[in-house]
Amino acid sequence: MKHTVSLFITLSAFWLLNSGHYSLLILFLGFVSITLVLVIANKMDVVDQESQPIHLKRNIFGYFGWLIKEIVQANITVVKHIWLSGESISPTLKKIKITQQTDMGKVIYANSITLTPGTVAIDLVDDEIIVHALLLKDVESLETGEMDRRVTMLER
Amino acid sequence: MDIIITISSGFFLLVGSFLCFSGGIGLLRFPDFYTRMHAAGVTDTLGAGMILIGLMIISTDLLVFSKLVLVLLLTLLIGPTTSHVLAKAAYHNGLMPKTLNNHEKNNAKETSSSNP
Amino acid sequence: MLFAATLAIFITMLLAIIRGIVGPTLYDRILAVNMFGTKTVLLIALLGFVMGRPEFLDIAIVYALINFISVIGVLRYSDTHQFKHSPTLEDPVEKED
Repeated sequence: MKHTVSLFITLSAFWLLNSGHYSLLILFLGFVSITLVLVIANKMDVVDQESQPIHLKRNIFGYFGWLIKEIVQANITVVKHIWLSGESISPTLKKIKITQQTDMGKVIYANSITLTPGTVAIDLVDDEIIVHALLLKDVESLETGEMDRRVTMLER
Repeated sequence: MDIIITISSGFFLLVGSFLCFSGGIGLLRFPDFYTRMHAAGVTDTLGAGMILIGLMIISTDLLVFSKLVLVLLLTLLIGPTTSHVLAKAAYHNGLMPKTLNNHEKNNAKETSSSNP
Repeated sequence: MLFAATLAIFITMLLAIIRGIVGPTLYDRILAVNMFGTKTVLLIALLGFVMGRPEFLDIAIVYALINFISVIGVLRYSDTHQFKHSPTLEDPVEKED
């Protein structure tokens, strides 16, 4: 139930932002379309904690702040190596162990790796991620497990 | 107040366009597909983010502001998904990355990590 | 400054097109097309502000979604044999055995 409410709030915000007209008729039509989408989503059985991860709300903003800081640092590194010569990069392919238990945690971790420039998660098999990194240093900093620890903290 | 808005939005736009330009240069300069993907990632995350933040600062309307936030969120959600799908497709279809003789090193590390 | 940013985005799109034309493998081309699309989103947003018509942002949102779906749609067919990378055809990767 709370997932349906959360989806309703998200869709309403999306609709209100995109519309920009707030006369009664238009609002009514928007309400009807949102209800239609909710009915279809319920029939498709996609309204659950996977599509509406509201149980993560507690820690997620702190994690976002930390992730933004990491992204800025990684961007600076990659741009530096773009303007340096091609010899300065050390591309690496490596399997990395992950400690997350839930699918949600694994996906968050893999997406965070991909979102950070310089590292891309290529494949996710059971509890291993194949990571391609621009620099050997990036893989080593992933292996020390700072990001892993933070995502694991996030999922409980 | 006006001058602060102009200067700060100009700064963000300038940094963003420099990052995008660097990403384009990296797309041409890097040696193989996987490294080029990292260059494209720069333009997708911070390059787009900086330009959109610069536009957010000079936007006067709340609706325009929130639409810019929406574009930023969509970019940040879509970017990693596409690069992951692309990398996975390339990897599974046999395009091997050029790496610095790390094949032996990988093997050595894998055996050493699986032993204990 | 808006003009400078627009110009930089144009140049970046040009570089992406060059990589799309040159790009040795198929995946380089798809990557270049994807980057071209994301830069188009930024360009539409910037042009909206240059022309003083921020309604262009709606088009930017729609373009971002279309671009995403088109790349996913192309890679949907990555199981077919045309996508298999043959190292003899396109040289610069060394196949590890």
